[in-house]
Amino acid sequence: MPVELDDLTDAERKALARCHQAVLGRRRPLRLDCGVELGPYRLAYQTYGRLNADKSNAILLCHALTGDQFAVECHPVTGKPGWWESLVGPGKVLDPACYFIICANVLGGCMGSTGPMARDGVTGQPWNLRFPVVTVGDMVRAQAELLDHLGIPDLFCVIGGSMGGMQVLEWAASYPRRVFTAVPIACAARHSAQNIAFHEVGRQAIMADPEWKGGDYRLHNTVPARGLAVARMTAHITYLSELALQRKFGRSLQDRDALGFGFDADFQVESYLRHQGSTFVDRFDANSYLYITRAMDYFDLAAAHGGVLAKAFAGTPTRFCLMSFTSDWLFPTRESREIVRALNAAAANVSFVEIESDKGHDAFLLDEPEMFRTLEGFLKGAALVRGLGEVS
Amino acid sequence: MTAAAIRVDLQLIADMVEPATRALDVGCGDGSLLAYLVSFKRVDARGMELSQTGVNACVVNGLSVIQGDADTDLRDYPDDAFDYVILSQTLQATREPRVVLQQMLRVGKRAIVSFPNFAHWQVRLRLVFGGRMPETPSLPFKWYDTPNIHLCSIDDFRALCRDMGVRVERAVVLNRNSRRIHMPPLLANLFGEQAVFMLRRD
Repeated sequence: MPVELDDLTDAERKALARCHQAVLGRRRPLRLDCGVELGPYRLAYQTYGRLNADKSNAILLCHALTGDQFAVECHPVTGKPGWWESLVGPGKVLDPACYFIICANVLGGCMGSTGPMARDGVTGQPWNLRFPVVTVGDMVRAQAELLDHLGIPDLFCVIGGSMGGMQVLEWAASYPRRVFTAVPIACAARHSAQNIAFHEVGRQAIMADPEWKGGDYRLHNTVPARGLAVARMTAHITYLSELALQRKFGRSLQDRDALGFGFDADFQVESYLRHQGSTFVDRFDANSYLYITRAMDYFDLAAAHGGVLAKAFAGTPTRFCLMSFTSDWLFPTRESREIVRALNAAAANVSFVEIESDKGHDAFLLDEPEMFRTLEGFLKGAALVRGLGEVS
Repeated sequence: MTAAAIRVDLQLIADMVEPATRALDVGCGDGSLLAYLVSFKRVDARGMELSQTGVNACVVNGLSVIQGDADTDLRDYPDDAFDYVILSQTLQATREPRVVLQQMLRVGKRAIVSFPNFAHWQVRLRLVFGGRMPETPSLPFKWYDTPNIHLCSIDDFRALCRDMGVRVERAVVLNRNSRRIHMPPLLANLFGEQAVFMLRRD
């Protein structure tokens, strides 16, 4: 499937001005799980720190559903701090002074990597919904090609939370020899029925928006802003915990002393969600949201290995560290435990920590000292084995 | 945590483990034995611990430990995954000690087990003459809050091994000053405060 790479949205242009990009699949297109061959395609990526002489200090950050390559610095579109600046940066656990850190926008994303907004190289029209459905496996294969392009033989660590964690698992299963340590956080080896259900609500909200126009909104100069905002609002609730919502908002009213007896945002929590929805629209593409949620829904690592998850990790040399959070109901601890069980069955080297937190699924993005300490200890131990010497 | 100075019974266990082997420490606590095995014997050592605080302390120190329960989670490991499966001062707190031992000897080529001896003379005295449930340095709990639900004597343990057809490769008995004692079984069962057994499938 030939893709035209020059046509960019404003957001993509801003993003690409502030990061690196690699055009891959020129000589040999990427064969996607759906059977389509895609190429050339672009990955937009950011790096922090420097690759050492023996190329042994590379870390790949895998972003979540609505994340992107801007893990640390101010976002070129929103101006907000990077999604993992609590973990990555000078003096932080993942210190660019020690590691060469790479973070790429996933295939199907909307911050500069090729996705449904790209144009068909033959007709010149945007692909929109004619873009092939990509999977987490496709995202990871594209990242592996990026590493080849960068001349990085293997990774000291692949780390990510949520969909990032799914990519980490896929990396470990598909490229065990290229992954020295794998840190899947707050994730699962397969997307649950409840999670698929929430994604479906989000997608239906987008597709029910008359501005969506069957996915061809760019041709009509419209934006399915309401649908995308509702999708984000629903999803956002699943990232929090009941306790966190209650503590943050309770039944507090928004800019008023009494109930309005109408359908304005009386409650702070309504106002908060509306804000989350409307700001999301400024930085995210609706079709991209459809494709990436689909990729998560399709993720089932065991299915790809005869229904036995342990087979995905048979004989793995990778050292694993899994983390989950007590109040995460989107990817609850039992999902991580299932992965741990499979890793044990494969006699893999695995650590697993459940972290006490009332911040829900979002905890992996927040200031969680226990998560930082665990990761620091795990990486320190692994660095000694790898011969990276004293780090951080 | 310094790996250099560990509890006497842990040191005994560590001495039984050959260097550069694979070991699983079930109920590894804060990981002091694991750290010793990794640093001083180049053992590929993993741990399983019930308490989340214990697990977190281990992982922070770079040890490979998961949260798990000896009674239920040994099942997840394949046969012969380890050279040694270690259970120190935990057997008496498991729900099904016999099943746990079976699992240990399935997962590991050898099992190393240490436990407090309930036939130690102090225990006997306290029960016979005090008429109260024994509280000793190695059994410091009240009857109502003890995690130890399956206490046994050294002779009980030997009998279980016989029943299970398990070979006792080594048995070391420590007195209440944590010194090794060399006595015939009847006396060892009286003066031993704790014992360390190395077992093997027969």
